[in-house]
Amino acid sequence: MPTLNSVPVRVGSRVLSTGSYRPDQIVTNDDVAGLIDSSDEWIRERSGIVERRRCAPGESVTDMAVAAGAKAIAKSGIAPELISMVLVATVTHPYQTPAAAPEVAFRLGAINAAGADLGAACAGFCYSLGLADSMIRSGAAEYVLVIGVEKFTDFVSPTDRGTAFIFGDGAGAALVGPSDHTGVGPTLWGADGEQKDLITMSQSWSEYRLEPRDEFPYVQMSGQQVFRWAVSEVPKIAMRTLEASGVTVNDLTAFIPHQANMRITDAVVRALKLPEHVVVGRDIETTGNTSAASIPLALDRLRQADQLPSGGLALLIGFGAGLVYASQVIELP
Amino acid sequence: MSQTLEGLAAIVNEVAGTPIEDITAEKSFVDDLDIDSLSMVEVVMACEDKFGVSIPDGEVKNLRTVGDAVAYIDAQS
Repeated sequence: MPTLNSVPVRVGSRVLSTGSYRPDQIVTNDDVAGLIDSSDEWIRERSGIVERRRCAPGESVTDMAVAAGAKAIAKSGIAPELISMVLVATVTHPYQTPAAAPEVAFRLGAINAAGADLGAACAGFCYSLGLADSMIRSGAAEYVLVIGVEKFTDFVSPTDRGTAFIFGDGAGAALVGPSDHTGVGPTLWGADGEQKDLITMSQSWSEYRLEPRDEFPYVQMSGQQVFRWAVSEVPKIAMRTLEASGVTVNDLTAFIPHQANMRITDAVVRALKLPEHVVVGRDIETTGNTSAASIPLALDRLRQADQLPSGGLALLIGFGAGLVYASQVIELP
Repeated sequence: MSQTLEGLAAIVNEVAGTPIEDITAEKSFVDDLDIDSLSMVEVVMACEDKFGVSIPDGEVKNLRTVGDAVAYIDAQS
């Protein structure tokens, strides 16, 4: 029997750089409030959102992913040809096939990269980062470009009171590469499919084909139940992640949770008893909830504002439709 | 003031900042105490912790007033 070769494993991986893209068009609460019989004040109180961004007509998920990815690559100084894998976390790429990643890799000049999309909704970035870390340490990949991108404009009903004001468009990216020490801590991840209906589409594509309604299938959410789940479970997941990495809240420079709702972030921060010095990602205020893109967008904005010193530790936690969650502590680039 | 009402008033005060003396049995959470749907979830979760009861999602909408919540908690515990 012949024996199979294996590739050498590596000690660790780390995030080398980040990049982001926010569409130019700003949509205020007053812009969305009319169609849902709401108001600026009501939206701010319920979500902490003041405005969100919207794609220009014709601007696509892949356009945003390329824009964010290009910035991360440029800042890393790594040649795009060296990238082994492009992972695009998204639930709003409007093609059943092909996936976004091959096109994104091609447009970025990552001609030697494999490419695949990952559908883990608001946990998509942390899922992809966990995979990138595993691939690099196992030797399956050297440099992995992780992109979270969403264009919710295509999948939100402007008249749905539970979601119309929450979601926005945008993209964030991180280039992950080999490291001589652990720069991405153990990823804690999980899924609870019993609660699949809490955040779901109004119709499946096949139902829509057989029985088209007036409205295109759109995202629906049981807000109160999701809030309850998040406020009760996210702090526990966060604590388990810290424990797995062997650090405590006192060791953190930043806490960057998925930007689901400011009220969820506030409740989780309280439950975790975060010390004052920990910078908390609150990008939702001007970006809305951008699902898979929200963590890298928040991370990149805080880095651009010089609020996150290189080498500090950041706790990331994504959670959302599925239900799914993923979390890890990373060393800041 | 019953012990349950006292405990619930402390929770509502913590979640919404409502003065304790304003939190009486006939008050409606939404109309009188400025408790919106998300704050109500926080109140319910805090009640579960404090009183060791279970208040399922389906039951929350029936708890319109402070008195409704006190009666539900007392019946459970």
